[in-house]
Amino acid sequence: MNLFSILGEALRALRQNRLRAGLTMLGMIIGVAAVVLMLSIGQGAQTQINQTIASMGSNLFIVVPGATSAGGFSFGSGSVKTLTINDAYAIAELPSISATAPVTSGTAQLNYAAKNWSTIITGTTPNYFEVGSWKIESGTIFTDSDLRSATRVVVLGSVTAKNLFNDEDPVGKTIRITNRPFLVVGVLMAKGQSLTGRDQDDNVFIPITTSERQITGNQFPGSIRHMLVQGKSAEDMDIAELEITQLLRQRHRISGTKENDFTVRNLTAIADIATGAAKVMSFVLGAIASVSLLVGGIGIMNIMLVSVTERTREIGIRMAIGANQRAILIQFLLEALMICIMGGLIGLVIGIGGAWLVSQMADMLIVITLGMIGLAFLFASAVGIFFGFYPAKKAASLKPVDALRYE
Amino acid sequence: MLPTPAHHSATPLIKIENLCKSYSLQDANGKTITNQVLFNINLTIHQGEFVAIMGHSGSGKSTLMNILGCLDTPTSGAYWLTEKNVATLSSDELARIRNRNIGFVFQGFNLLKRMTALDNVAVPLLYAGISRANSRKQALELLRRTGLENFAMHQPNQLSGGQQQRVAISRALVNQPPLILADEPTGNLDSQTSREIMSLFEQLNRDQGITIVLVTHEDDIAAYAKRLIRLKDGHVIYDKNNAIETTSNQSASVHAIHDHPQSNTD
Repeated sequence: MNLFSILGEALRALRQNRLRAGLTMLGMIIGVAAVVLMLSIGQGAQTQINQTIASMGSNLFIVVPGATSAGGFSFGSGSVKTLTINDAYAIAELPSISATAPVTSGTAQLNYAAKNWSTIITGTTPNYFEVGSWKIESGTIFTDSDLRSATRVVVLGSVTAKNLFNDEDPVGKTIRITNRPFLVVGVLMAKGQSLTGRDQDDNVFIPITTSERQITGNQFPGSIRHMLVQGKSAEDMDIAELEITQLLRQRHRISGTKENDFTVRNLTAIADIATGAAKVMSFVLGAIASVSLLVGGIGIMNIMLVSVTERTREIGIRMAIGANQRAILIQFLLEALMICIMGGLIGLVIGIGGAWLVSQMADMLIVITLGMIGLAFLFASAVGIFFGFYPAKKAASLKPVDALRYE
Repeated sequence: MLPTPAHHSATPLIKIENLCKSYSLQDANGKTITNQVLFNINLTIHQGEFVAIMGHSGSGKSTLMNILGCLDTPTSGAYWLTEKNVATLSSDELARIRNRNIGFVFQGFNLLKRMTALDNVAVPLLYAGISRANSRKQALELLRRTGLENFAMHQPNQLSGGQQQRVAISRALVNQPPLILADEPTGNLDSQTSREIMSLFEQLNRDQGITIVLVTHEDDIAAYAKRLIRLKDGHVIYDKNNAIETTSNQSASVHAIHDHPQSNTD
């Protein structure tokens, strides 16, 4: 008997017991839908983290001052003003470093026409935009000559621009920052949340020199809040960290065993941890969902065993008219497999629909890949073969005479 | 297989030697009880014969039929069917023999439920590896011959007993087997329908030379057969030609001394 004919027989058997086949299928539907949903949520979270990491800029260190202690009393990071603009310039000269960007920041009130908005003012150098992977939406960033002459120019983050200007084009307009007029030279492209959940787009950027002299003021001239340092290559991040530490210890005259008055953080390492956590999460979600698939499989086995017993006489008749063991085995195996594949297909559609719904309602990123669909399908088929095999084997190994005599 | 002997008529279709069958059962105390059903049966049936096997219930006639039909295996003894020693065959080979060489007709018809008469007749062809379309074509041809053309798309529960049995006979014939085994084929039918079914068997035997082995306990049904075998308590107690009572047709003993071209390498 060719496979096509057996397939027809299996379909006929399923049609004869629609309700039972449907209920058994439900187990597979729920299992596959849950797996697809969970995988897509997990994958979405992973993708979101990867995007955030990519938006952070690559091979990035952040150097913050502090971690000093006085008389056994420890101050937190950034509590002292030991890091300076010149430190940043010196680090930029290191062989393993491609660029640095010193940062000062404070909050200030912005005004444009009748609107006002309070946000973070970041004073930095033009390098900042490249190091931090910022892209310009319109206009330009400020230049080195703006930095040298401390001109009143400002680059707006997209959220800030939206709040002050709505749909108006901010480039070329003048806004007031703590009542001083600043020319808007550019608006940045949106970047979204940072790894810590802060909105990176509600921000304005001005030359660090302008900030220090005109906005935040500074009782420690040249000191900065932190600096971004970009290493030349991902492989040499350890060497770069060592070079930064050595140079800063030397510049800050820290000798021997004395503790650093600064901290170097490798952001890539932090990102790796976040990615790892997301991977574990999607694995755990998938594993939990797989349990329902397993339960569905046991349901299939149960029903197939009942079906084999019920149809013992049919099996006997088929054997009497020429079915060999293989034909009977395949017939029952195909029935189980068909329940799984049909259930898998319906579950797939429901899972994708559910994922879409989740993405709409919870504003989460959902990723559905072909690999995931394939995996769910493969898993469903494997369940069908695994749990369908025992009942099918039982049917096939019946003795024809006993099966025929069965009432 | 060794070459077939020159005299075709001398080669029996069925040859049984010293065949015994016993069942082992466990009684309530867990003791094994052996219940012997068939004792040293010797039987030879040639191509083209029409044999009725009679006996009371418990005489072993159904067990003998099951063994003849390769549905059950003997406990000891030999059974050659078309020169193959059935006892040595694998389950796949037995399935193949049941498919190609034997057509079964049962008392309870044993059609597959919720399947049209046409599909029922076509199933043995499917198991023989013939495509669905061709199977149906051949099945329809057979239904036409048994006069059921108009009932091809009916399911068994929409047919009368006689019609169902004719569908079953069509199914038995569809692979053109040399042998038909009928186990009380008229047991569930009224006498008029029984006569129709029996004439159909008679006609198949006469016109197509199909060997028919029939189990029955009704004398008037057995009268259609040319040869009558009686079983009692697992022994053959009578084996004679139906029509000519006087000839010494002791098939069982006569054929037992025939050489058989069987080898164990078969």
